[in-house]
Amino acid sequence: MPKMLAAAVLLLLAITLPATAEVVGPERAAQLEHLVVQDCGSCHGLTRKGGLGSPLTPEALEGQDRELIATVILDGVPNTAMPPWRPLMSEAEAYWIADYLLKDQNQ
Amino acid sequence: MNRLAAFLLCTALTAPAFAQELRATGDLGVVVERATGSVLIVDQSERAAIGRVEGFGDLSHASLVFSADERFAYIFGRDGGLTKLDLLTQQIVGRVVQAGNSIGGAISDDGKLIAVANYEPGGVNIFDAETLEQLVAIPAGGKALGLEDAPGRKFVFSVWDTGETKIVDMSGPEPKITTLSNIGAEPYDALVTDDGRTYIAGLFGEDGLTSIDLWAEVPEPRRILPQYGRGKEEMPVYKMPHLEGWAKAGDQIVLPAIHHHEVLWIDSRTLEETGRTATHGQPVFAMARPGGRQVWVNFAHPDNDTVQVIDSMTHEVVGEMKPGPAVLHMEFTSRGTEAWVSVRDENKVVIYDTTTLEPIGEIAAESPSGIFFTARAHRLGL
Repeated sequence: MPKMLAAAVLLLLAITLPATAEVVGPERAAQLEHLVVQDCGSCHGLTRKGGLGSPLTPEALEGQDRELIATVILDGVPNTAMPPWRPLMSEAEAYWIADYLLKDQNQ
Repeated sequence: MNRLAAFLLCTALTAPAFAQELRATGDLGVVVERATGSVLIVDQSERAAIGRVEGFGDLSHASLVFSADERFAYIFGRDGGLTKLDLLTQQIVGRVVQAGNSIGGAISDDGKLIAVANYEPGGVNIFDAETLEQLVAIPAGGKALGLEDAPGRKFVFSVWDTGETKIVDMSGPEPKITTLSNIGAEPYDALVTDDGRTYIAGLFGEDGLTSIDLWAEVPEPRRILPQYGRGKEEMPVYKMPHLEGWAKAGDQIVLPAIHHHEVLWIDSRTLEETGRTATHGQPVFAMARPGGRQVWVNFAHPDNDTVQVIDSMTHEVVGEMKPGPAVLHMEFTSRGTEAWVSVRDENKVVIYDTTTLEPIGEIAAESPSGIFFTARAHRLGL
């Protein structure tokens, strides 16, 4: 029985792992930060206080799940102007952006 | 004798003693440096920057218009800032933060009024161009955009959330507002042709575009290219296309498609489709060279390192350049001999000869976006 549980845990880990296992290196991180500021900024504002898109400041996102944010980045929001970014980035990179948005960059 | 002395003195005072210091503004322009809240004042003849002015706030998605005398620029910042810049003294001479979140503005045909479209709290505010004193606030029940000037001291704008277009007539003592409902779902931008007749709103939320004949006694919305839309091969839009008054190419109007990697051509009178051109990516700006012989197109992320040139008679791509990463905007000199192209991620503006399509100059600029030349002062819809 404990073996089964361990197997289940391992299986679960294996399923959820790809999202975080791939490491975003410093060079790619710099590119992603640039993407957030400049390209997300087209709709969400350079300071992320919003525009055609909703505000994405840490305050605006407070209480939001990083997984949900990553999913929105990857798959977009149907019937809105938020496009799916999956063709342009990996899941790990979307999670990196989610974490980046949730972190107060001024701290 | 005294009179002669007085006359001589008078002549001395009014003579162009400082002729070497005088400067005309007809070949000047402003380049927005979006990340640093600053602008460059550029000289087209010198192909050089002649000054940098700071203090404009958040200039992401900034645009500007020029006063009728081409001396002042009115800069619309994302943060709601409306700033008046003197191109000659290179000083900010007025600034108001008139809303929380703004998207652009326009100047009335008589040069007396400045209107600003706002996302937050929505609607349009109208200011005295001289003093920046607010004259009118027009609520709209949503995000105002596609704000254009129209003949007869009018402004026209659309509302993302409600799918309405409003025509604001400022010719009388009180503003007269006409609301056209049901222009389509989620208008994202609009243009007015340079004759001031046709207002075209692009729609994000449904197929086709909407045109309004502003010359009509009773302007009404008319759907154009109704069959054009998302279709089966809808593509993600990583940057909204922009509709601008540089759309008239001969007898046609050129429009960037949305959800498709295409430029659309319509007859400027019948508004029926005359062709499509497959392009390198999702077009952002499709700008007709003055005279309309060619159209230059730039693209959304991730294809934004490229500019294509399309022949307006054959609809064929006749040139393709790679100015560098993140080409955000283009501006033609007044008779179209040069095109200035902002390359955000290489911090430069590249100047092209529009005949040879070869670069002929370069200006350093900090994350440049919009480029605006003073000749816009004398055109409708810019």
